[in-house]
Amino acid sequence: MASTILRMENITKLFPGVKALDNVNIDVTEGEIHAIVGENGAGKSTLMNVLSGIYPYGTYTGEIYYRDELCAFRNIKDSERRGIAIIHQELALVPHLSIAENMYLGNEREKAGVIDWDLTNQQAAKYMEIVGLKENPRTLIKDIGMGKQQLVEIAKALAKDVKLLILDEPTSSLNENDVKKLLDLLLDFKNNHGITSILISHKLNEIEYCADRITIIRDGKSIETLDKKADEISEPRIIKGMVGREMTNRFPARESKPRGDVAFEIRNWTVYHPLYAGKKVVDDVSIKIHHGEVVGLAGLIGAGRTELAMSVFGRSYGKQISGTVLVDGKPVRILNISQAIQDGLAYVTEDRKGNGLIISNSIKHNLTLSRIEFVSKRGVIDKDLETIRAAEQKEKLDIKAPTVEQYVENLSGGNQQKVLLGKWIFARPDILLLDEPTRGVDVGAKYEIYQIINQLALEGKAVLMISSELAELLGMCDRIYVMNESRLIAEFSREEASQEAIMGCILQASKGEISA
Amino acid sequence: MNKVIATVRKNMKQYTMMLALAFIVLMFQGLTGGKLLLPMNVYNIINQNAYIVIMAIGMLLCILGSGSIDLSVGSVVGLVGACAGILIMKWKWDPYLSILLCMGVGILVGAWQGFWIAFVKIPAFIVTLSGMLVFRGATLILLQGGKAIPVFPAEYKQFFVGTTPEFIGVWEVAGMKIYLTCLLLGILIAAVFCLTQVISNQSKKRKGYEYATPGALTVRMVIISAIVIWFFTLLARYRGIPSVLLVLGVIAAVYTFITTKTVLGRHIYAMGGNPKAARLSGVNTERLMFFNYVNMGFLAGIAGLVFAARLDSATPMAGDGFELDAIGACYIGGASAYGGVGTVSGSVIGALIMGVLNNGMNIIGMDVNVQKLVKGLVLLAAVAFDVVSQGHVTLPSFLRFGKGKPEKITAR
Repeated sequence: MASTILRMENITKLFPGVKALDNVNIDVTEGEIHAIVGENGAGKSTLMNVLSGIYPYGTYTGEIYYRDELCAFRNIKDSERRGIAIIHQELALVPHLSIAENMYLGNEREKAGVIDWDLTNQQAAKYMEIVGLKENPRTLIKDIGMGKQQLVEIAKALAKDVKLLILDEPTSSLNENDVKKLLDLLLDFKNNHGITSILISHKLNEIEYCADRITIIRDGKSIETLDKKADEISEPRIIKGMVGREMTNRFPARESKPRGDVAFEIRNWTVYHPLYAGKKVVDDVSIKIHHGEVVGLAGLIGAGRTELAMSVFGRSYGKQISGTVLVDGKPVRILNISQAIQDGLAYVTEDRKGNGLIISNSIKHNLTLSRIEFVSKRGVIDKDLETIRAAEQKEKLDIKAPTVEQYVENLSGGNQQKVLLGKWIFARPDILLLDEPTRGVDVGAKYEIYQIINQLALEGKAVLMISSELAELLGMCDRIYVMNESRLIAEFSREEASQEAIMGCILQASKGEISA
Repeated sequence: MNKVIATVRKNMKQYTMMLALAFIVLMFQGLTGGKLLLPMNVYNIINQNAYIVIMAIGMLLCILGSGSIDLSVGSVVGLVGACAGILIMKWKWDPYLSILLCMGVGILVGAWQGFWIAFVKIPAFIVTLSGMLVFRGATLILLQGGKAIPVFPAEYKQFFVGTTPEFIGVWEVAGMKIYLTCLLLGILIAAVFCLTQVISNQSKKRKGYEYATPGALTVRMVIISAIVIWFFTLLARYRGIPSVLLVLGVIAAVYTFITTKTVLGRHIYAMGGNPKAARLSGVNTERLMFFNYVNMGFLAGIAGLVFAARLDSATPMAGDGFELDAIGACYIGGASAYGGVGTVSGSVIGALIMGVLNNGMNIIGMDVNVQKLVKGLVLLAAVAFDVVSQGHVTLPSFLRFGKGKPEKITAR
């Protein structure tokens, strides 16, 4: 019988005006993978911050027992010393330092303040092998991809002799291949290294795949814990616990049908990498979208999907761009972003905090930014009109905030995403390029975003939807294009498309590349 | 009663810097035995600080737009002063034309620096550090190794030093002279202020927005009108309106309008808040950045004209160190060093805090070396207060009062 490694009892955490956690109870058994699920803002991350000492002992009520010993962590160092390591959603790596330097940052292999680089690199290599990271320890972080960076974080935790590994949404920026690798790694830790993991995730199929037990958190309360051995674990079952009601349809049905005329077309689009001369990131791609149609663009991360969308959107990415863009059958020359907006294009970025929103500004200012001329005359803003228009938009998209004066940084991820969408809907585009429109958003908000997309299609707009979640594309799109290694490799109609067919053709294309 | 406290607290942040200014004024009023607020001294404070305020407004736009500063403004003041000296006194050109040409010099300087910063993308700190040396060097060359050119003609000086002419007359009462134009202008400004307040409140009420209660509105109007009228009465008792105050008033009003009401201003705030997001929203960030530095050059040029008039000569080291006063004024006035946060009124108040501090310390005869030290500490204290009061940081436990509990956590 395995023993309990961690017990959190009656944890309550107050923020000014908000009860973030309300009597949460969790126990984690030694050597299991314990998943914590819940909607955005349910309190998962707060709970983990309490556990790892980011919110020190005394700022919350309740007890934490680690191996039956009461813990009073004052900071992260305290929890790390006991073998608890947390890996945050946003990775905390220094881009211009090497893998090994990052792994031992704050934990240097040193004697009297002098670092032993040979020992550092040798030990780093050892842990990198365990996590399956095939790189030189001296490689700089900026030169490796997101998936590998995630592995560096895990190797870093291993180097601290971790016993309990906490991963906060580790897969949100990984492609399906890397996700599988990461989850298999956690299973390997469990089976061969005796490391317990707590996995926080939105992606229920991942949880189904690897978790032994699942604790569901809703509105700051722990609702229930499901056990793989005892309970039936299925997506609908978990969703029911998360949202407190059955959700039979994950994708809302769309009543409208695409119309016959082509709204948007790209012909022979080729884009080169902005820094590496001669490297094509988009290679001779041609796609078309009809009015009222939602078209998916599937592919692995790095396949060139974002690059395609951004280069079309006013040449905001890439060099030596060639090809033709047609709007309603007429060729247009779009040389910069404001022209793209004038021509009815909107690009909703995948990186809402980095490229999309000005989080230190109000909802109102964000909503009107891309088309502020709609609420101004001769360069002077009509502030009252702006407030009215913004409030309408907030109402329409059901953005949950007291007023439009609220700062965007205080909103949950789902509501921020709605502000980002609302900002582009405000611009009254005819063609929307949506790049990962539901990234890092919980089930409930996802459904609402799908409804918004359907509404846009109903209004006759052309929608291109880039997503790394195949299920989402299959549930939402009329047609799906597949990109791989900068090229368009396939097109599926709604009827032909299936997860297997799309993944299959991606894998085949990659193989073909190698043999050719 | 609770409601009153809540209202006061809500507006507290907005008025913190104003209260700080009031506190410093009252403190020095006490320390100098009432000399600080003598009409003549108020007149002097305005003339001593006008050019700093003008530069601070330009600096604010640079800070707002990108969090970057302009180190060259002091040298630009020197350069423009030297140009004015040469054009007017050496070459005997028409003063009005010369003023325009000098403003053009400021704009050219700004365009030069803006080009490197916005289009070639060299960090502003480096470009303006270079500018600081280049323009000081140019000043010294123009003045042939640093010989000052003295005495500007009256036509030139009328805009920047001295007093506006009296249109109505002087009223003598109880041995005091009261300049009526000045007094009238004060009353007029107060009246216009009250009127716009009432109208905007009415329109808010009509459109169903949150509006001030009649009580709160009256209190606000009375306090601000009283301050305005009191201030202009002070000036009216000395010589009337310093002409530079008019220049300053126009500049402050124009830039307040730009930053709060126009698309241009909104774009500057957006660029400072998140340049990538602003660019992807169709904001031409390069052009905006260029504009900010051209504008800075323009305002530094005006400051150069004002300062040359005040010294009544074009001197080689004019403006030396002004950049630090202008930058300090912005930060004291609540601008964020990361960009995207700050107001024109804040920077004006920041500059006034610096100015009153300087003047007050001079009157009480404080050692010049100690004065520098005090100014440095005030700058740090003002920004530290701002950062801590916004709750972006929690102080280490040994600095906290009470039982080591953080009072406010904004991390989520």
